[in-house]
Amino acid sequence: MSTESSSFLLDEQAVPFHEGDTVLAAATRAGRYIPHLCWHPDYGTHGSCRLCIVRINGKPAAACTVQARAGLEVESNTAELNAHRRTLLQMLFIEGNHFCPSCEKSGNCALQATAYEMGMLGPHFEEFYPDRAVDASHPDVMLDFNRCILCELCVRASHAEGKDVFAIGGYGVRAQLLVNASSGRLADTNLAVTDRAAQVCPVGAILPKRKGFSVPIGEREYDTHRPSDIVPEDTP
Amino acid sequence: MPSPDSVRATVQTILTRHGARSTQLVQILRETQEALGWLSPDCLADIADATGRTLAEVRGVASFYRFLHLKPVGEYRVLWSDNITDRMLGNRALMMQLCRELGIRPNTTSDDGLVSVALTSCSGMCDQAPAVLINHRWVGTRMDRERVAQMAALIRQRVPIPEWPAEWFVVEDNIRRRDLLLSCTAEPGEALRAALARGALGTLEEVKRAKLRGRGGAGFTTGAKWEACLNAHGQERFVVCNADEGEPGTFKDRVLLTAHADRIVEGMTLAALVTGARRGFIYLRGEYRYLLEHLQDVLARRRADKLLGSAILGRLGFDFDIDIHLGCGAYVCGEESALIESLEGKRGVPRIRPPYPVTHGYMGQPTVVNNVETFVAAAWIVQYGAEGWLRAGTLMSSGTRVHSFSGDVAQPGIYEFPWGVTVEDMLTECGAHNAQAVLVSGASGACLSLVEFGRRLAFEDVPSAGAFMVFDRTRDMFEVARNFAQFFAHESCGFCTPCRVGTRLVVKRMEKIERGRGSRHDIEVLAELDTLMHTATHCGLGGVACNVLHDTISKFRPAFERRLKSLHFEPGFDLDAELAPARAATGRDDDDAHLEQRG
Repeated sequence: MSTESSSFLLDEQAVPFHEGDTVLAAATRAGRYIPHLCWHPDYGTHGSCRLCIVRINGKPAAACTVQARAGLEVESNTAELNAHRRTLLQMLFIEGNHFCPSCEKSGNCALQATAYEMGMLGPHFEEFYPDRAVDASHPDVMLDFNRCILCELCVRASHAEGKDVFAIGGYGVRAQLLVNASSGRLADTNLAVTDRAAQVCPVGAILPKRKGFSVPIGEREYDTHRPSDIVPEDTP
Repeated sequence: MPSPDSVRATVQTILTRHGARSTQLVQILRETQEALGWLSPDCLADIADATGRTLAEVRGVASFYRFLHLKPVGEYRVLWSDNITDRMLGNRALMMQLCRELGIRPNTTSDDGLVSVALTSCSGMCDQAPAVLINHRWVGTRMDRERVAQMAALIRQRVPIPEWPAEWFVVEDNIRRRDLLLSCTAEPGEALRAALARGALGTLEEVKRAKLRGRGGAGFTTGAKWEACLNAHGQERFVVCNADEGEPGTFKDRVLLTAHADRIVEGMTLAALVTGARRGFIYLRGEYRYLLEHLQDVLARRRADKLLGSAILGRLGFDFDIDIHLGCGAYVCGEESALIESLEGKRGVPRIRPPYPVTHGYMGQPTVVNNVETFVAAAWIVQYGAEGWLRAGTLMSSGTRVHSFSGDVAQPGIYEFPWGVTVEDMLTECGAHNAQAVLVSGASGACLSLVEFGRRLAFEDVPSAGAFMVFDRTRDMFEVARNFAQFFAHESCGFCTPCRVGTRLVVKRMEKIERGRGSRHDIEVLAELDTLMHTATHCGLGGVACNVLHDTISKFRPAFERRLKSLHFEPGFDLDAELAPARAATGRDDDDAHLEQRG
């Protein structure tokens, strides 16, 4: 369906789009990778992680926040922007406590996989080592604030399924995920392990209990493909 | 301590006053705290129930604002304004004196719950600093050792604040130079009558013809904004006055709100006439809580005089009224879309733009958001005509601008100049004879050095949001940069990665350099963070967070370099000192037990 009037250029190649698409949504549908963490096709634009930073007609913007328009010239896979993405990833790593070797999400973690994809080799900055609690109160779901990257996917997913289990509180580097219970504990909410909100976390902050290493390291999602291996939606 | 029943009754009264509307959440929280001292879990639960928000959401909103407390704080809460100009006048020594006399540490509450002492971002009193903000309500100016000693005694004796010496709470206007706006002595209603004579479209045309540009900093053309709002699709339109004057070093809106409140409201009413808005808001920063009753009186008087409310000046269908919303200590709410989020009772996180407020603002409706001074200027233009306005200023910057002068000047206060005035002339006027640097436009502005003092204040040269801070040759420009780095880390809303983490990393690097552990590598990292934040942040505030840092590194590099331990890489800690416990354990202190040979 790609015509001159409904496509834009991403790194000099045409990307068709639908009315109302953002640049990131259209690129993803076309099988073109723009790194991202807080964006999800089912929950749309958020704009907080900033990994989808691109240059549109020369000006920097987050690809998830910009409506696709015919004739846009989008630069994404450039040395400058990938360097920024590495720095943003390093920032996400050092502000929390991310110990990949001991994390059940390792291999299935979008933060880890995107860091590999972008060629991040180390933290670069000094770690903050924040003192954050773990909420193990829920019978089926583990909530580890140490790994939260504030993408708000769980907040949005829980809102979409009418439960509103999560919200965001605080400000600055102390911004944090809140649980909707007077105790503040996950056990006192109606979250079920089958909820999208319990499954959408791109990192290891929200994990199902008693599922440790049921898929061995080496056979996990990002062991078999890279985040950039996106299958275009329109191909048979 | 009040009984649970009386607490509940207080909360219910406040909820009823606001119709328990979800959009009023920030106001409900603020008023609840003002009545009860802090926001207890039970209060939050009652407020969540009544407003139909989840408890987590209400907690999330309350914990966003620096002036709302989810834990008990002192009966007396003394916050010291911590702008660089306060520091230059010794605010920290005075704060420590107060803490000593009260036997507490900063950022803690005394064991008996009597008092807590902490720092806060610039409270807008730079011309009469050091300043304190007490219980988020009383502003104390010109603090000194004697006042602090007396304050400690008054607190220990639990003397109610209204009984403290009245002269402590005097906030002077300090108007030093008047031009078109500040010399205006028009009676309330004059600009409105002129507007009705011109008609709504004629009024808009006059504002456009005067080429008035917004005074908040970005400088968008006011007439074009009003026209876009008029032409946007919507069920209702709104006019918002941005009185969230949080830019460090800026206090001119404080004076306009004090001495020219009628002209502000008049300008808002003109905008309503032009756009067809029937409702407006003044978003008043929490630090200016002391102005609330004064502003409410002005609004009430204007309603009585038919200058506000329904059928303004007897014109059927010309209906417009204004509510005052108070901020609760969040600099980011000066960004117009964050301000609107706050008006809607949410966390003050800036929205994705576009769409802009002028088409999708308050409750998704077309909304004009203008700075306090913009409305005052619009009232002048409509009353006296665009010609007079265009005669002042430059080609691209018409009229005058009101500046807040502070720092190393003989006469701190408010100066109104036509646009186009040179930095040099401004320095002469305020009696600054030994300046090495001027910070124009506050923490997010530009830092000018001696060789640039010939430059002009104008949108086409040095734009200004109204702050003019002067630093003489005895000042350490590294400390200026460090102050603003701390400011932005404290004020980051926390939404996007580069600002949330980047502002903190900048502070950590600056502290490393300050400790004498810095190297050239650290300056390179600072430059790297500056570039990233300029490119990748969600809103403009993150983008400008490193402006002063960038300017001071490039123009006052010796202030940084003389602190560097080495021009090569240095770790953030002293490796040899880390071995001290091992040396102590083995009882050794000889040369071989140290990393580097001594002597």
